[in-house]
Amino acid sequence: MIAEAGHYALVLALALALIQSTLPILGARWRDPALMNVARSTALAQLMFVAASFAALVTLHVTSDFSVVNVFENSHSLKPLIYKITGVWGSHEGSMLLWVSILALFGGLVAAFGNNLPLSLRAHVLAVQAWIASAFYLFILMTSNPFLRIPNPPLEGRDLNPVLQDIGLAVHPPMLYLGYVGFSISFSFAVAALIEGRIDAAWARWVRPWTLIAWIFLTLGIAMGSYWAYYELGWGGWWFWDPVENASLMPWLAGTALLHSLVVMEKRNALKVWTILLSILTFSLSLLGTFLVRSGVLTSVHAFATDPTRGVFILLILCIFIGGSLSLYAWRASALKQGGLFAPISREGALVLNNLLLTTACATVFIGTLYPLALEVLTGDKISVGAPFFNLTFAPLFLPLLVAVPFGPLLAWKRGDLLGAAQRLTAAGVAALIAIAVLWGWTRGGSAFAPLAIGLAAFVIAGALSDLAERTGLFSLPIGTAMRRARGLPRSSWGTVFAHAGLGVALIGIVCETTWNTEYIGAMRPDDVAKIAGYELRLDGLTQQQGPNFREMVAQFSVSLDGKKLSTMTPSKRNFTTRGSTTTEAALLTRGASQLYISLGDTTADGAIAVRIYHKPMVLFIWFGPVLMAFGGMLSLSDRRLRVGAPRPAKVLRGLQAAE
Amino acid sequence: MMGSSAAYAVQPDEIMSDPVKEARARDLSRELRCMVCQNQSIDDSEAPLARDLRLLVRERIAAGDSDAQVIDFLVARYGEFVLLKPRLEPHTLLLWLLPPLALAGGGLALWMQSRRRSGSAAAEGVTLTPDEEARLAALISDEAPPKERA
Repeated sequence: MIAEAGHYALVLALALALIQSTLPILGARWRDPALMNVARSTALAQLMFVAASFAALVTLHVTSDFSVVNVFENSHSLKPLIYKITGVWGSHEGSMLLWVSILALFGGLVAAFGNNLPLSLRAHVLAVQAWIASAFYLFILMTSNPFLRIPNPPLEGRDLNPVLQDIGLAVHPPMLYLGYVGFSISFSFAVAALIEGRIDAAWARWVRPWTLIAWIFLTLGIAMGSYWAYYELGWGGWWFWDPVENASLMPWLAGTALLHSLVVMEKRNALKVWTILLSILTFSLSLLGTFLVRSGVLTSVHAFATDPTRGVFILLILCIFIGGSLSLYAWRASALKQGGLFAPISREGALVLNNLLLTTACATVFIGTLYPLALEVLTGDKISVGAPFFNLTFAPLFLPLLVAVPFGPLLAWKRGDLLGAAQRLTAAGVAALIAIAVLWGWTRGGSAFAPLAIGLAAFVIAGALSDLAERTGLFSLPIGTAMRRARGLPRSSWGTVFAHAGLGVALIGIVCETTWNTEYIGAMRPDDVAKIAGYELRLDGLTQQQGPNFREMVAQFSVSLDGKKLSTMTPSKRNFTTRGSTTTEAALLTRGASQLYISLGDTTADGAIAVRIYHKPMVLFIWFGPVLMAFGGMLSLSDRRLRVGAPRPAKVLRGLQAAE
Repeated sequence: MMGSSAAYAVQPDEIMSDPVKEARARDLSRELRCMVCQNQSIDDSEAPLARDLRLLVRERIAAGDSDAQVIDFLVARYGEFVLLKPRLEPHTLLLWLLPPLALAGGGLALWMQSRRRSGSAAAEGVTLTPDEEARLAALISDEAPPKERA
């Protein structure tokens, strides 16, 4: 009953989406407010029905109704409750349902909070949202229905892939999808602007908070996924340049570029056409990511060819939306007037440089990810493009970007003073040189790369702080005045400081982890001691334990430093009986921002166990960086002038001039 | 020790006694793909094939091969698919050239754009009606950064 209700709710959502995708457009054409307002009620109703459908699938999973294929294939009655819930989006069908639920959520939010939008713009935006929604509802209903029943229900399910039975699954996909799908709003705004044939600074003001929300979630989602892979996969890697990761990195790079170009558009009414194109590209890359991950094309081109229904359907959606929006862009973009002239050396110029480097970096990831697929389809040659390729091509694009980051906020709009900005960055430059000198002395004989890269990170962080000092008048004005100015500083300026500093923090983590990571690989018996980075790890013993739906072997290590016992670490290996597969549960011990990492291998006939122990210095900085960036994004989002529907103050009508 | 199960990346029993050679083997392993895995290097992979390849790399190094010779040996045996960093060859030319071309093309487009625009008059096409202008001003006026030094 619940399954059928969920299925039916989804069909109704499709019907509502079809109405929402047509009537409001006609309304805008005939200037009929009642018809345009249909968009608002259908978007809200659609959200309700999709939520009901999603709740139905959750209920089926929680109650272990194995008469439903999706539950049978991905659940088990003994699975802990949290994984029964998160397992809903652990499968293809469920994750697509989550995808459309989030799409409907964003549509509903625009409908609910978009009261300050011009009526026709809101109608167009929601209609475009409904086009996307209709396509994906059709996809789910025709190829990936999560509510299919089994004629003869089995008694027990096949259990979820053990790797996914982790708290990471509860957080990572929803965050990532909030990011991916959130960019659909900027896409819809861009297409709506093209349909209406006009766009102004207020448009950027409306789009920015939505883009920012999506970007914050995508940033956190990627970071979370990276940390999950780090502790779950058992060899301490945190980024693999895997096509699935690249699929999420590409929209992030394009979305970051979009955030910056929206600033230019909002403040200076320039870069309009480019911003529209970026909005389209960012969401297109999200769709591409969905295609890559969901069609099975990555596992092998041949697997895709043998069961092409799903893949071809998404490919079709991809072609229609990307092709359609780009054609619309080619047709209508020339109607949009360019405005706001600026010199190459200016805040705008710096943001254009940011866009150039970010989009090129994005293009590099795109080429590296799709080239092997294209080559195999066209010529049959099989090549691999992996981490060494990306490190070699991506890093040279990101390093100049990082050098430029501190300069951007210090340049004036329209025409900037590079020398002046450089002078104001003297302190940051000195900080960088000190960092390089200290590290050089400390790691004598090591590679020159690491000290230089950390010097660059110090420059980025100190540069962000000098920007803050500059704006508040810290060091040049009395401390009270500086504090008052700091309070009066727009939240978005604080956001810039945190986000830019976060880049530097992440770079420190990346460089330290890759350069000074130490490891111990050995076969250990009880009472053996491994020494790594000054720590002594003694294997106390091995014990067997029974978990809810697995058996595990736990090794207990005593960790001591200079003869003093610090803690115990208990890595384990789990054996999931239903699927007959094992997972390694690494043990982590955090010391400051560094971590000790133990994961277990196989036991040998003579009672020894293979052990890998890593000491990863400053590794947590890799994820602190993105968290800082996301925090900066949230500060910026809380800026009153970006708040959706914030009441405007009656005073200062000439605010724009004051800002120049 | 034991050669049967290999459910793990680099095993204790694989490690070479000479640390310099072992370091070379690890570096090479990171550039070689485990062909039955999805985008994993043999250094990371748990698959039995990856173990065989790791042992093969160490065997070649122990036999005195240079890094290039080891790579050539593996490519001759398993094809180019084994390399995570494709060689620059006719069919990978675009792969290597497109990123720098994208950067150069983007830079060139920007340069031409700025030349064209500085050449043309500063026409700030205003298409808004006075009424709309007023609404736009009202919308933008929420922003009143008191002391932003732009």
